[in-house]
Amino acid sequence: MWETIQSNKRKSAVMIVLLATVLMFVGYALGAALDPAAGVLGVLAAMVIWVVLTLTAFAGGEKMLLASAGAREVSREQAPQLYNLVEEMKIASGLPAMPRIFIMDSDVPNAFAVGLKPERAAVAVTTGLMARLNRDELQGVIAHEIGHISNRDTLFMTLAGVMVGAIVILADVFRRSLWYGGGRRRSSSSSKGGQAQAVIAIVAIVVAILAPILARLLYFACSRKREYLADASSAQFTRYPEGLASALDKISQFKPGALKVNQAVSPMFIINPLAATGGGLSLFSTHPPTADRIRVLRGMGKSASLAAYEEAFRAAHKGSGVIASRDLGASVEAAAREGAAGAADPAAQWRSARDLLHQVNRFLVLPCACGLKIKLPPDFKDSSVTCPRCGTKHEVPVAELAAASAALEAAGRK
Amino acid sequence: MGLWIVIGVIVLVVLAYIGMYNSLVSLRNQVKNAWSQIDVQLKRRHDLIPNLIETVKGYVKHERDTLENITKARTNAMQASGAAAAGKAEGELSGAISKLMLVVENYPELKANQNFLALQEELSSTENKVGFSRQFYNDAVLRFNTKVETFPSNIVANMFGFKQAEFFEIQVATEREAPKVQF
Repeated sequence: MWETIQSNKRKSAVMIVLLATVLMFVGYALGAALDPAAGVLGVLAAMVIWVVLTLTAFAGGEKMLLASAGAREVSREQAPQLYNLVEEMKIASGLPAMPRIFIMDSDVPNAFAVGLKPERAAVAVTTGLMARLNRDELQGVIAHEIGHISNRDTLFMTLAGVMVGAIVILADVFRRSLWYGGGRRRSSSSSKGGQAQAVIAIVAIVVAILAPILARLLYFACSRKREYLADASSAQFTRYPEGLASALDKISQFKPGALKVNQAVSPMFIINPLAATGGGLSLFSTHPPTADRIRVLRGMGKSASLAAYEEAFRAAHKGSGVIASRDLGASVEAAAREGAAGAADPAAQWRSARDLLHQVNRFLVLPCACGLKIKLPPDFKDSSVTCPRCGTKHEVPVAELAAASAALEAAGRK
Repeated sequence: MGLWIVIGVIVLVVLAYIGMYNSLVSLRNQVKNAWSQIDVQLKRRHDLIPNLIETVKGYVKHERDTLENITKARTNAMQASGAAAAGKAEGELSGAISKLMLVVENYPELKANQNFLALQEELSSTENKVGFSRQFYNDAVLRFNTKVETFPSNIVANMFGFKQAEFFEIQVATEREAPKVQF
């Protein structure tokens, strides 16, 4: 993996420099269009926007992303199996530290990873994912996320995303300023200088329209490639490509509803959370078609190495590859293991996923005499509750509820 | 002119030597680090076993041999040193544990015990972790050994005495027998 990380770092640096050049160029063009002498000022404005966005991302970007996705941290005691799965993959990938684990309350099966440094990473899964997949499948998904962390995709996609965001903001500001200030300038443009400025203005408008599109295309193409790479890493870590393939199969059968998340996080998910269908390949999607990913994984045969993934990828894509030859040099032969997945009990899995969610959200459990366990959210307002099964009235322990609510708030602030 | 070319070639060769030496050192450190990861997981497994025996003892009265075998295998595994010896001893321990897990199938009361179920997940996950850390270690060893063996880095390796590292294999005797499944 070491060489892969090194070459990923180099490629990322090239991409970032490329995007930075586009950003500076956009800044200059827009500045010059507003006033011929203001080109440098435009570059300066572009840099200020970029620096502010980057600092925000570094200061608390991960926390913001996790919070915006409604993720809550779980401890080892609360979810021993999930913790074990993550730790197993941490060991297989050689990450320097144990990632923090979060769960999201959503029926939509999905997962994502964040972290600007491998030492300070986090993995988040939805309850829908935990309830639907068996242990091997869940392991494949976790390995894919850990792959994103160990390939430094989480860092790179954040930096690149920030850059694309800055370009979009700048172009947007320019279009607006044109709308409001355009008339005033046009009245004074009778001289030769005015004509030259008109040409610059037209160029700037074209740049303002094209640059954000180009930047996004570049970003999405990169993101898709990194999805394939994370799939390859997952196969290599678990030595069991079928686990991830079968997980992707199950997840893609789940059609309805996109997950409510920020667009900036979507490259970090296992499956694009914004696309309702997750269907065809388009230039503007962060993820490759799921069917294609499954085909490549299932074409790997008896080996689980990076080289085997590359071979399967070439077979599925008429010869073009995805992994750099430099990385393949570092690929070690790795025999895929046989699946030993025990049949999962879906009802029990659903129950334990919901229980876990109630636990991290500090729900209060009121056992009723009829055997039903009534679960109360911390923000429950009434002073009594009726059992939905037998109709018995229960007093609500208000003090305990208030304590749970306070604890929840403290955990959210952390 | 000629002098400059000679100096240039010498500088390049020295730089290449430094590069190869550094990458050998970093690969060797990876091997060491990976070995310590295996060690952590093996210790964890050794620590889980007294707990397992304590939980199981009350239920399985007629399986004293199986339990004694596990205790013996654990002691041997804890005393083994070196990758090859440790691999053999750990393999015997794995075999003894999986024998117990087969026996447990005959004790439905034990299988319903929450404490035992938690231990079982912990034990099988630790087994996985041993496997994954072994996988990571062996990958690191393979990369290091390839560097030590292949030209031109083998020259640097010989000069500074880099020795090939040992692979870690766990030999499980029972794995080769047909599994007994009871329905």
